[in-house]
Amino acid sequence: MQKSTVVKILLIFILVFTSTGLFAKETKKEGEGGLKSEIKAFIDHHLQDSHDFTLFSDKEANSHFGFPLPVILWDNGLKVFSSSKFHHGETVAEVDGNFYKLYHSKIYKTDPAGTINYDEHHHATNVKPLDFSITKNVVSMLLIGLLMIFMFGRLAKSYKKNNAIPTGVGRFLEPLVLFVRDEIAIPNIGEKKYKKYMSFLLTIFFFIWFLNLLGMTPLAVNVTGNIAVTFALALLTFLITNLTANKNYWGHIFWMPGVPTFMKVVLAPIELLGVFIKPFSLMIRLYANMTAGHVVLMSIVGMMFLFKSWIGSPLSFGLAFALSLLELLVAALQAYIFTMLSALYFGMANEEAHH
Amino acid sequence: MEKLINDFSFGLFFWQILLFVGLLLILRKFAWKPILEAVNNREEGIKNALESAEEAKKEMQNLQADNERILNEARAERDGLLKEARQLKENIIAEAKNEAQTEADKIVAQAQATIASEKKAAIAELKNQVAGISVEIAEKMVRKELSGNDKQLELVESMLEDVTLN
Repeated sequence: MQKSTVVKILLIFILVFTSTGLFAKETKKEGEGGLKSEIKAFIDHHLQDSHDFTLFSDKEANSHFGFPLPVILWDNGLKVFSSSKFHHGETVAEVDGNFYKLYHSKIYKTDPAGTINYDEHHHATNVKPLDFSITKNVVSMLLIGLLMIFMFGRLAKSYKKNNAIPTGVGRFLEPLVLFVRDEIAIPNIGEKKYKKYMSFLLTIFFFIWFLNLLGMTPLAVNVTGNIAVTFALALLTFLITNLTANKNYWGHIFWMPGVPTFMKVVLAPIELLGVFIKPFSLMIRLYANMTAGHVVLMSIVGMMFLFKSWIGSPLSFGLAFALSLLELLVAALQAYIFTMLSALYFGMANEEAHH
Repeated sequence: MEKLINDFSFGLFFWQILLFVGLLLILRKFAWKPILEAVNNREEGIKNALESAEEAKKEMQNLQADNERILNEARAERDGLLKEARQLKENIIAEAKNEAQTEADKIVAQAQATIASEKKAAIAELKNQVAGISVEIAEKMVRKELSGNDKQLELVESMLEDVTLN
């Protein structure tokens, strides 16, 4: 009884809040146009990789707080310089007589004036040198990599003493390692062959999970929401699946047993397509989930500034808080799904004939 | 899709592959292998310990059953021994009784035999003595009877009377 009353009151409040919020938004629409596009640009910028590690910036004072990262270009020879030369895209960097400009998080080769030429679709047509820069995402990956080496190295060492019982953070990590082994690897790959895939599954699980979590911090990195990263991870799954596949797996793709010959011919291209679709779905799923999470979360955070009303902004805050909790779950869930499906594909590649 | 391809950064892809594979190799050597091995060993150890506990329990039960069996055997043996002893006692007593009986009978028989022979001897002696005494008495009487001539004559006459001359 009491509970339902509370729920009713909450519902009424939410209705009032949202309607007044919307109302406030409607009336202020004209004045908010600039802020809105600014927020959109900020979100867009956040989703992109960046050549310097900006912690926060003040647009009015035009100052950025953070640190520059090394830029490594391959443009008729290796060019290495600090990203501070770009001044956050405002100036042209001159290196060995070549001029480079940062435009929409990408480096283009320009003339000394920094002119960017556009085609009819408003795409830059300037030459893009091969960019191997240590970007914000690379730094994040390095950071997570070192963290993993540190944590799991300590866990491994802790077994040598104390009667093989982990201590400290190992007590938290060990059940997760066992979870990957007992709930992901063994059920999907099988007791006999799971061992050779364990290193990959464990690494990818914790790597994705930790990077997802890092994305939830105010450092605002979006590594797992970057298509190049998910592509690389999916490619590794694809390579491992197909390089360790047995005869039975290829037999099922090119010459499906147990169906008429005509169907075998029809099924072969479909199955072959499936080989590529599986890792492709892995890539898109992780990318889309993390990107969508960041976009929604940042949009709601942005709404706080848009509403500027004493009801709308706290509501946005509550929503952002609830969504953050959900995103924490999604961070673990996506890591689990990626690992789980990788294990499933490895299991398929290792299935023994049983007809 | 176009945005995705446009967003794709080959440099990031390159670093991702390089870092991930490096991380994988390092972690495999320094973390995953020792961790999984240690966990496996521990699990094996627990399994073994449980198994040996189960075995010990079984052994214990066997031992208990053995004890029970041995105890029962001992009890049966004791009962047997007691029974046998009782039997033996009864046998010995009965035998002793029998022997005593036969001995007694023998003694009695001997005594009777001795008594009988003694009796015979006594009777024989008594007869002899009676005979001797009788002869003596007769002698004395005869002497007295025949002490005078007339008496002697009388006797001769009587005897002659008895003798019938045919």
